[in-house]
Amino acid sequence: MLKNLCQKMFGRSLWVYHANSGGCNGCDIEVLNVLTPYYDVERFGIKLVGSPRHADVMLCQGPAMRSTAQALRRAYEAMPAPKLVFAIGSCACGGGIWFDSYPVIGPVEKVIPVNFYIPGCPPRPEAIIYGVAVALGLVDKKTAPVEFKQVELPIPQYHPSDLREGGKFVVYEKLEKV
Amino acid sequence: MSLMSKLKETAICLGAGRVTLPYPAETRPVPDQFRGRPIFDATRCIGCAGCANNCPAREILVFDVCQEVRILKYLGRRCTYCGRCADVCPEKAIKMSQEFENATPQIGDLHQGLELFMSTCQRCGRCFKGPSILEALKMKGYRFDDLENDRWIFRSNGYMKDPVADDIHIELD
Repeated sequence: MLKNLCQKMFGRSLWVYHANSGGCNGCDIEVLNVLTPYYDVERFGIKLVGSPRHADVMLCQGPAMRSTAQALRRAYEAMPAPKLVFAIGSCACGGGIWFDSYPVIGPVEKVIPVNFYIPGCPPRPEAIIYGVAVALGLVDKKTAPVEFKQVELPIPQYHPSDLREGGKFVVYEKLEKV
Repeated sequence: MSLMSKLKETAICLGAGRVTLPYPAETRPVPDQFRGRPIFDATRCIGCAGCANNCPAREILVFDVCQEVRILKYLGRRCTYCGRCADVCPEKAIKMSQEFENATPQIGDLHQGLELFMSTCQRCGRCFKGPSILEALKMKGYRFDDLENDRWIFRSNGYMKDPVADDIHIELD
């Protein structure tokens, strides 16, 4: 559904605005690497703009900090209506490894709604392009949650209440059930 | 001079050819040392929770539901792929894969959950560790409940020929 909406709303070139709200600059460098001729995202019509008022997509790096949360919120509200937010890096996705320190509020989704998550510390330029391609509907996402349950070993549960004296031997009552 | 430098630059640019990688259509292999998303192998996990103790982002959570079931959850939101969990794992149940294409619209897609069966000692009720391969080799042919062999192994005094410290008095039979 989101993919169809994206294709309808963002059928043409995406202009991205690049907002760092307190990251370590690693993800910024990877985002700029995406714009270089080696990973040329202008193939998809993606262009970096300097103002959120011109932008369709906001690329968030860094956690939501106490000092920059207001500015991030204002930058988000300044973007025109069909807008996407990409959280790039593990800080923006989940708060980073200093998630519990006093200036960090948490992931950016505590301040602004996030549409796509690109985890990694920092994510490879290919991973960022993959996120953009997932958003544009060019490729399908690969990750899915994994749940695994170990098979319970058939060990009988010995308990003193199940044991009773049977003449010479101690008989275990529930042994046949196992 | 200026024109010559421009021409030289043009020649360099033309000589470089096409460098752009047409990424989603064509991929390039990642370096060998690259660490991607950790993959948990539930068949090898013994549930020691060393990964949860060592995770700097506190992204591996352990819940003891009851005495015999331990739930281990990897959330993966703020995982920095540092590989400490794979380093500390004694059974090599965590493998740092080379997956990096993890972009997703739902953050819950990165979760991995293991429900582990913890076998407990039937007398004391606590968890025990199975014998390692080395211990199994040492114990080959002998069993602890075989009293004669037990006595033969653990009370041998062959190493007591020249005692190091005189104040240690060991009863020899």
